[in-house]
Amino acid sequence: MSNPDKPSRRVLLGAFAGAGAWLLAGCGRLGETEWFPKVLGIGESLSKSAHKLIGGRRSMAQEFTEADLSPSFRGNGNTNPDDEDYKEHAKAGFVDWQLEIDGLVEQPSKFTLTQLKAMPARTQITRHDCVEGWSAIGKWTGVPLATVLAVAKPKAEARYVVFHCADAFPGGMDGEKESYYESIDMDDAYHPQTILAYGLNGQTLPVTNGAPLRLRVERQLGYKHAKYIMRLELVENFGDIGDGKGGYWEDHGYQWYAGL
Amino acid sequence: MNQATIASEPAAGRFPKPAPAASYLYKRHSLPVRLLHWINVLSLTLLLMSGLMIFNAHPSLDWGKSSYTGNPSLLSIGARDDGKGRLQGVTTLLGHEFDTTGLLGASTGANGAQDNIAFPSWITIPGSYSLAEGRQWHFFFAWLLVINGLLYVSHALISRHLRRDLIPGRSDWGSIGRSIIDHLKFKHPQGEDAKRYNVLQKLAYLSVIFVMLPLIILMGWAMSPFLNSIFPGWIDFFGGRQAARTIHFIVAWLLVAFVAIHVFEVIVSGLWNHLRSMITGQYRITTTVAKGSRHE
Repeated sequence: MSNPDKPSRRVLLGAFAGAGAWLLAGCGRLGETEWFPKVLGIGESLSKSAHKLIGGRRSMAQEFTEADLSPSFRGNGNTNPDDEDYKEHAKAGFVDWQLEIDGLVEQPSKFTLTQLKAMPARTQITRHDCVEGWSAIGKWTGVPLATVLAVAKPKAEARYVVFHCADAFPGGMDGEKESYYESIDMDDAYHPQTILAYGLNGQTLPVTNGAPLRLRVERQLGYKHAKYIMRLELVENFGDIGDGKGGYWEDHGYQWYAGL
Repeated sequence: MNQATIASEPAAGRFPKPAPAASYLYKRHSLPVRLLHWINVLSLTLLLMSGLMIFNAHPSLDWGKSSYTGNPSLLSIGARDDGKGRLQGVTTLLGHEFDTTGLLGASTGANGAQDNIAFPSWITIPGSYSLAEGRQWHFFFAWLLVINGLLYVSHALISRHLRRDLIPGRSDWGSIGRSIIDHLKFKHPQGEDAKRYNVLQKLAYLSVIFVMLPLIILMGWAMSPFLNSIFPGWIDFFGGRQAARTIHFIVAWLLVAFVAIHVFEVIVSGLWNHLRSMITGQYRITTTVAKGSRHE
């Protein structure tokens, strides 16, 4: 009997060799096209929608006990901003530092650290999940963002809170610095666990971890938790800030929605 | 031929009449099974490769709620200077150090230079370090895997593929010992018996479909801070977030082990026949009559 399988074997072998070659060589090239990253981005959109659908706006991040605290809280990314104004404030213990709130608000406001600390505080022991994969547990004390927003009164069209920070990365072509910034939507802004933290593990927030003020947005990954906050801006969209993706890391390819 | 199904066959086997060898094609795999199988191959391959990229961003594994519990890491992959200007890859598993230069920790990158990276660039997607892109690939194909898996399980239930072909029957349970020996001897069912999955094969498929894949997906969800907030504390049942990350990694390699054995078995029991049946659906059954008695 002649082998009836022979021609199809060659086709099969070709198909598998082709698929393998595509996998090894093609993925990089696909990533450089205009359309393919958009297709991959469907995953992010699906995850975000699914999370909003099943979790709602008010699901609460797990809170831990003192026994779970990490021995020291890892500082990641920028740990000492190289900004003249910031360095002076840090030297002076942030006594003259003020948090500005502007943009789409009825009442543009400024708050000193003392004023923020005089507001009702929230303390929470939560786990910080870095996009890289590590986690650390810390005890954060701060003022709920909702409390600060209640003073500034966001306008109806405000959809995002943008956090402008004192730190920067040498991201540009000529070592040009790009300032850190982040943005969250109003669901997260008004979430009870979203706080502007000035204390870590019962101490004043160290510079390494974002002094004088950093964001805690507990249902998202670490890069959303902007450190060294100088200014809050309420906006309808963030297309004209930075490269328009809603944050420093978002401008460098990371997902705006960092709930996974 | 010692086959599991002898008992259920009529006594004809006792004095087999010489019959001419015959072969015919029959439809082994339905279109949905074939299609979903290959989508699975694509998804799992890209999930593994992009997953190793993501692992490279923090190349160590811990057990517990955080990475800083005071206990040493279960696994860590790194590199150090070997004193001669070259990188030495060092993998530490449960406190034991291994020199893994060339493969783990330090390997030759795409540009020919030594890379200080946990898993080598030839096995990751993308092929040079990019956590952001690795995540995009991973989440896209994770969705594809989940949707594919739901379609498969629905189809397997509705078409009765699950009950008919995958759930072991009474005769299967009795043949486990013999099936293990047959596998070790690379002996595979021939003729009509080849139409049915053997018991080890059934158990392997069931454990992949109903244990490994659901577990790896669940452990992926366990790493999402948002999904943690749906039922705060649910991941502590698995040992905490870093434990979930470790389980995710281990199950990924169990799936790689399954695929290695699966492909090996396909090769030794008729590569082309199996490949054809998973592409066109047609599987060739060749019935030849055994020499002498079937009861040896």
